Amino acid sequence: MHLKLSLVALCALVTGTAQAELRIVITEGVARAVPIAVVPFGWSGSADEPLDVAGVVAADLERSGRFAPMARGDMLERPTAGNDVDFGDWRLLGTDVIVIGRLIPESDDAYTIQFQVFDVFRGEQLLGFRLPSTGTALRASAHKVSDMIFEELTGIPGAFSTRIAYVSVEGSGPSRRYKLIVADADGENPSIITESPASILSPAWAPDGRRLAYVSFEGDASSIYVQTLRTGERLRVSAHAGVNGAPAFSPDGRSLAMTLSDPEGNLDIWVMNLASRELRRVTDSPAIDTEADWSADGDSLVFTSDRSGGPQVYRVRALGGQAKRLTFEGNYNARPRLSPASDEIAVVHNDRGSYRIALIDPVRNTLQVLTDGRLDESPSFAPNGNTIIYATREDGKGVLATVSVDGQVRQRIASDEGDVREPVWSPFPP
Amino acid sequence: MQTNRCLMVVAAAGLLVACGGKDAVPTADEADDFIEDEERRGTGIDRDRVQPGSEFGDVSDVDADLIEQRIIHFDFDSDAIRAEFEPIIAAHARYLADNSDIAVRLEGHTDERGSREYNIGLGERRAQAVRQRLLIQGASAGQISTVSYGEERPQVFESNEQAWAENRRTEIVYP
Repeated sequence: MHLKLSLVALCALVTGTAQAELRIVITEGVARAVPIAVVPFGWSGSADEPLDVAGVVAADLERSGRFAPMARGDMLERPTAGNDVDFGDWRLLGTDVIVIGRLIPESDDAYTIQFQVFDVFRGEQLLGFRLPSTGTALRASAHKVSDMIFEELTGIPGAFSTRIAYVSVEGSGPSRRYKLIVADADGENPSIITESPASILSPAWAPDGRRLAYVSFEGDASSIYVQTLRTGERLRVSAHAGVNGAPAFSPDGRSLAMTLSDPEGNLDIWVMNLASRELRRVTDSPAIDTEADWSADGDSLVFTSDRSGGPQVYRVRALGGQAKRLTFEGNYNARPRLSPASDEIAVVHNDRGSYRIALIDPVRNTLQVLTDGRLDESPSFAPNGNTIIYATREDGKGVLATVSVDGQVRQRIASDEGDVREPVWSPFPP
Repeated sequence: MQTNRCLMVVAAAGLLVACGGKDAVPTADEADDFIEDEERRGTGIDRDRVQPGSEFGDVSDVDADLIEQRIIHFDFDSDAIRAEFEPIIAAHARYLADNSDIAVRLEGHTDERGSREYNIGLGERRAQAVRQRLLIQGASAGQISTVSYGEERPQVFESNEQAWAENRRTEIVYP
């Protein structure tokens, strides 16, 4: 849990049974998102409301795929205090959960977000909190409210306060600009981490969320950089002749898996100790071996290899050795990303000629296609494993979207102008 | 096509490339940029505007014509050199063998489908396929560098079979 200690519990009168019941509904009813009413928060300030907190919360919950927020037009009343909630009315509207609250101005640039969550059928409060917030942090505070509600109702930590990194390309020809951007998980608050006329690709988060590795083609050759977000300091950690690609931080942040080519152009996976820059070979095959991702314990890597003819997913010990093939369905399974919450692996899968995001379960040997685009790519899990962000196309332009791991809810993520691609979801803040 | 012409010598390659005043024709190393001109698709160079022979010294007219062609196309998911491109690569190999001071960069590209880093691998294979041919036919290793851009630099910004075929390529770039 990552609730701040400054949170003050109003009255957490949670009964164990109500909580358990709600959880069962959600985990079993994957086909049925839980109806929830997030009522617009009260605002008592004289100026305009600085943020529609309830709007941010409802959008977060909807994007998770586990909740179906009620349209505001369907709300017959808009209570802002627990005493004003008429549970009978809300029952008739068919909502299971109601969220109400107030945004209270305290002093210059200081606010309090007060909110309560009720089980409509039992008429009981599940959650009640006050969060102090500055004006600039209001949106972040709203995401914290979403995190708390999500965890209370599902038992899974919310990932709404995390961030995403992605690559944006603007212009064409000599005026083309590549930008590496970090934004909130809902696409808001984008900031440029680095930009260049040369291609940028394959961003990867360090486990502490403070550094990004990426590939840059500055000087018409590929190199791998590691950049510290706060200071902007960037280190070129790999610039061999040929391919330097697909960086992936180990779970302890000390090593970087990467793809390097030999003089004959053969790609294999290596692991670099970032302190010593020492390299250790992991794979040694005449095939394309690339796109490594680490297991949570750091003991093994999954990667893409076309050693069987076409690209398929394999697992190998991080120290090297025999690789084991994990995917068998279809002729194209690439760019594996391991779920942080299960044994499942997200891949780019050729589904009857379209490239889509699929979830494979190597234990049960199943594959579920989650998306319906023609050119979907770059899946990346939210750190709670509930949602996958990926790149897709809309009107011939690259855009970002999320899909819940049950495939039920897909949603566009807001982004600036330009062609955007290669989203990667940050880890939880340390 | 415009008829106004000026001549620009690409000294390193010893080639003559014509260029228009206001809409200049890119030199070969810019050929990965989006090309709207139908006529130039597929070759990256407007062959009508090239005057082979005049700056090539002992290069035959046939070779001069062939080394204007700098783009080798590939079939889907393949790095096999198609027969139609063999004479082009052979001409470049002869040119490099005869001019040991000249270097070339081979840029491998794929279409946009599938995974980006895997496509970097495919593009590298396509660059290497051309490199191997050049080496076998007399160019030396020190003259050739390779880079794979994967799907990052399409020649045609469209999503259809024709665009994908145009984009699966190795570009022979004389820097």
